[in-house]
Amino acid sequence: MKPGTTRAACVALLRRDLTLIWRRRGDALNPLLFSIIVVALFPFALGPEQATLARIAAGTIFVALLLASLLSLDMLFRSDLEDGSLEQLVLSPHPLSLLLACKIAIHWLTTTLPLIVIAPLLAQMLYLPDTVLPVLLIALALATPLLSLIGSVCVALTVGMRRSGMLLTLLVLPLIVPALIFGAGACNAAQAGLPFTAPLLWLGAWLVLALVLAPLAAAAALKISLT
Amino acid sequence: MNPLLLWFHKLGSPPYFYRLAGRFLPWLYAIALITGAIGLYGGLVVAPADYQQHDSFRIIYVHVPCAWMSLFVYAFMAANGFVALVWRIKLSEVLAMASAPIGAAFTFITLVTGSVWGKPTWGTWWTWDARLTSELVLLFLYFGVIGLYSAIEDTRQAARAAAFLALVGVVNLPIVHYSVNWWNTLHQAQTVSLMGQSKMDASMLWPLLTLAFATHVYFFASLLTRSRVALLGLESGKEWVRALVNARTGGRQ
Repeated sequence: MKPGTTRAACVALLRRDLTLIWRRRGDALNPLLFSIIVVALFPFALGPEQATLARIAAGTIFVALLLASLLSLDMLFRSDLEDGSLEQLVLSPHPLSLLLACKIAIHWLTTTLPLIVIAPLLAQMLYLPDTVLPVLLIALALATPLLSLIGSVCVALTVGMRRSGMLLTLLVLPLIVPALIFGAGACNAAQAGLPFTAPLLWLGAWLVLALVLAPLAAAAALKISLT
Repeated sequence: MNPLLLWFHKLGSPPYFYRLAGRFLPWLYAIALITGAIGLYGGLVVAPADYQQHDSFRIIYVHVPCAWMSLFVYAFMAANGFVALVWRIKLSEVLAMASAPIGAAFTFITLVTGSVWGKPTWGTWWTWDARLTSELVLLFLYFGVIGLYSAIEDTRQAARAAAFLALVGVVNLPIVHYSVNWWNTLHQAQTVSLMGQSKMDASMLWPLLTLAFATHVYFFASLLTRSRVALLGLESGKEWVRALVNARTGGRQ
């Protein structure tokens, strides 16, 4: 691969981000523990009846995982901003949207994918019926990248701020409501024995749209907040 | 230069806009007040009571104009945000940010009047119906724009960031507008339409349209007032503001 090409830049960025995350691999556990604890709170609050928990299981897991990945979104550009490499990314001759897409992909792979992997465990904790589990996993696989993509735009807008956590929640959650409605809706439909393909297809359509548009929007937002 | 284009360029200059807005303001407030009074009188006194909902339907004259405004103001804010981001016109930033609190207020009134109306007719203050939920999301979008704007210290950068967020949130507008047609839940479908026949009697319709006109005029009056104040703050170091203050105070510091 010729150095200086866009492809080389993307590969270098991917390798750098992966290395950085690997060096601090203990941090990757935090979102997992967070979502497990949040899910464990529901039996405490609602009582341990299996029927009650099974009915709310899909929605609870959805919300817990969305919150966990939302909280970790805050770290998407934080360290890059502090050591100045974010400015270098903006100044580089390669398309910023492509570089950001690489960063978002790495972020999703390292923080959100493990969450989906432990989703069957969470499902067992809340007695989710086994037939619904595949639908839940598919819905999560479609909805969480959507959150990372839409969230990256909002993170880019709040990047210079000192305490952006609350504000970020206020910005991201209204935009992610449709994904939650359709994702959890598909699970609930499957649980009630109704057809569930339509909401999943909607999620897929939105994901495709966001895959194209969100990196461009994030690049524009980042340029606004770094001027 | 084309006179219309020239006027448009002049309008973008803060001192010119400030003076022009000041000249328009009393008229806008007067028109809004008069048409609003006529519309309210027509709606609350003249229009006949509904055969089914009796007098409780009259809240429509507050609820529906505000609901229309909640969408219109968001579109206006996003359009100004787009202009501000593409052409870097300072005035558009000010207009976009001045319209956000007004739009949030209209959305809030829509939700409150809707829930007051819902109690006698549906038997519940709130239901998780598609239109109610999407209107609530619209309110949160307004709050997000206002929150982002006030969180960034540099006013112009804050305005650009918030304008960008407003543009991203535009995806919610068609969802709010078409939610009653897409999802057939509790909220009734569209009765009044600009194009074609409305499913409402003329005796009930005219006060509604009058009030819709009045709320639009009121929005622009309120918008101009807010943006005049914002412009004074933004341009406080400039010569024209100093001249204005000196004229007001007679040169005393």
